[in-house]
Amino acid sequence: MNAGMDDLYREVILDHHRSPRGAEKLAAHDVEASGKNPSCGDEVTLQLGFDGERISSVAVLSRGCAIATASGSILAELAVGRTLAEVVRLAETFRGHMRGDIPELPDALDTGDLEVLTGVRRFPARVKCALLPWLTALEAVRARGQGRAVGVSTTEV
Amino acid sequence: MNVERHACLPGLAGADPCQGQQGDCVRCGGIFTDRFPVLRRSINGHKLVYLDNAATTQKPESVIAAEARYYRRHNANVHRGMHALATEATELYESCRRRVALLLGVSRPEQVVITGGTTASLNLAAFGLSHHLNPGDEILLTEMEHHANLVPWIALARREGLLLRHLPLTADGGLDLGALPEMLSDRTRIVSLAYTSNVLGTINPVAEIAAAAHRRGAIVIADAAQAVGHLPLDFAASGVDLLAFSAHKAYGPMGLGFLVGTPDALARLEPVQFGGEMIDTVSLDEATWAEVPHRFEAGTPNVAAAAAFPAALDLLGEAGLERIRTHEIQLTGYALEALKGFDGLTVYGPDDPTRRGGLVSFHDERVHAHDLAQLLDARGVAIRAGHHCAQPLHGRLGVTATARASFGIYNSHDDIDAMVEAIAYAREVFA
Repeated sequence: MNAGMDDLYREVILDHHRSPRGAEKLAAHDVEASGKNPSCGDEVTLQLGFDGERISSVAVLSRGCAIATASGSILAELAVGRTLAEVVRLAETFRGHMRGDIPELPDALDTGDLEVLTGVRRFPARVKCALLPWLTALEAVRARGQGRAVGVSTTEV
Repeated sequence: MNVERHACLPGLAGADPCQGQQGDCVRCGGIFTDRFPVLRRSINGHKLVYLDNAATTQKPESVIAAEARYYRRHNANVHRGMHALATEATELYESCRRRVALLLGVSRPEQVVITGGTTASLNLAAFGLSHHLNPGDEILLTEMEHHANLVPWIALARREGLLLRHLPLTADGGLDLGALPEMLSDRTRIVSLAYTSNVLGTINPVAEIAAAAHRRGAIVIADAAQAVGHLPLDFAASGVDLLAFSAHKAYGPMGLGFLVGTPDALARLEPVQFGGEMIDTVSLDEATWAEVPHRFEAGTPNVAAAAAFPAALDLLGEAGLERIRTHEIQLTGYALEALKGFDGLTVYGPDDPTRRGGLVSFHDERVHAHDLAQLLDARGVAIRAGHHCAQPLHGRLGVTATARASFGIYNSHDDIDAMVEAIAYAREVFA
């Protein structure tokens, strides 16, 4: 590949895109949020189920490009077992990193495959694709905090 | 690909066979390709293949030079200036109006309103006609409209309590004319539709629809953004009352558009922008409007763009719109054939390239449109991906995004070959 395509479409990303984790609707969930990027039409719906304070099940239903789908799949992997506060910290750190405010993803956050999305920063038009599921997760947390079962966000960055 | 390279498709119904002269044929290359400096660029190590002409066309050297020349030699505000530069600027501005009238076969230049673009023209048409409308009146649009011909009407309908109706599509991406009689009612006041769809490519039977609408007493408006500069278009023959288009999709500069109208329609239109240039007399409490078209041209217009657009019209005249149309039919036919070679790739709009403008939208089930556009860009091929400002149409097609290749005079079969090779490459990446 060329022109930075191997940075953008790394094998790990393509793998997440081909077999996205958490792509099945949950039989039962505690909160659901959907987000979309109005300029390109990408959509994602996120469902979270809880066991006490911790997230026990995640569905990320993506209708978008490989970057958005892979990012959602990575989110599904990383969210299970974390508390809402931990997910917020992870999402905000990732957002700061993708927008160039945070130079490195801290190892302490246990960011898993998120690191492979770093290459997307070279393609400013695609950053919103990588962020879509994460900003939708922040909306889900907001909805949960306000006692709503459904959140909707329009996500443009 | 099983398409014979450089097949000229002379057998297409309605298309003249190619003359086969150097520079006059898609076999030999595009028309006047060497006059467009940006096409000499390399992108990501590949020769730029520009296939996003429905978004904006590239500009020939002559247009770029004319705009620069305006600022170097003539720059002044238009109308009422007594000095030489103001006189020259006014003459350049008004000569653009005359040239557009000539292009569309309009007898009086006063029938041409100069605006900032198609969107501005359609907003002027919608809101300028609003005082003729009453709650419950109906506006008929179609399911294939660009947001520029949807959203002004949505806003107006909300404000005035109007009912919006939409002429449905046929399975092959045409308008369902069978539904027209029931869609037109005694309350239909305005019919507004795309001349050429920016997604499906369909060239609509505007004159036929206009005749039916006129029998009901409705005003008919055409969004001709994808038509002007791409096919011969006579305003009177189109049958519409108002026709909107942009210069920048016809090889001219950005920030310039037109609303062309019949004298009757323009007389019914109220100004929607108020200020300098558009008045006759003004007191502290009262104002009267200038004559048509100046009453619709408040404020300082884009004189530089108006001064430059005639250079684009010269180019269109030199090439000949019949020949440009034939060229685009050949390119479209070639692209349709080539894309058929990919299984799992759906092309939208009519099969027959003579029923289409020079653009092809498609959905590849293997590679999302955004990824496709990104990977094509890595090969220097510029296409567009997304909803192309036509979300309702994409909902109707059952997809959130499509990829679109759209052609200009400078494109050739080689450009489409480059796109096809790049699609194959994108599919490899995603295999």
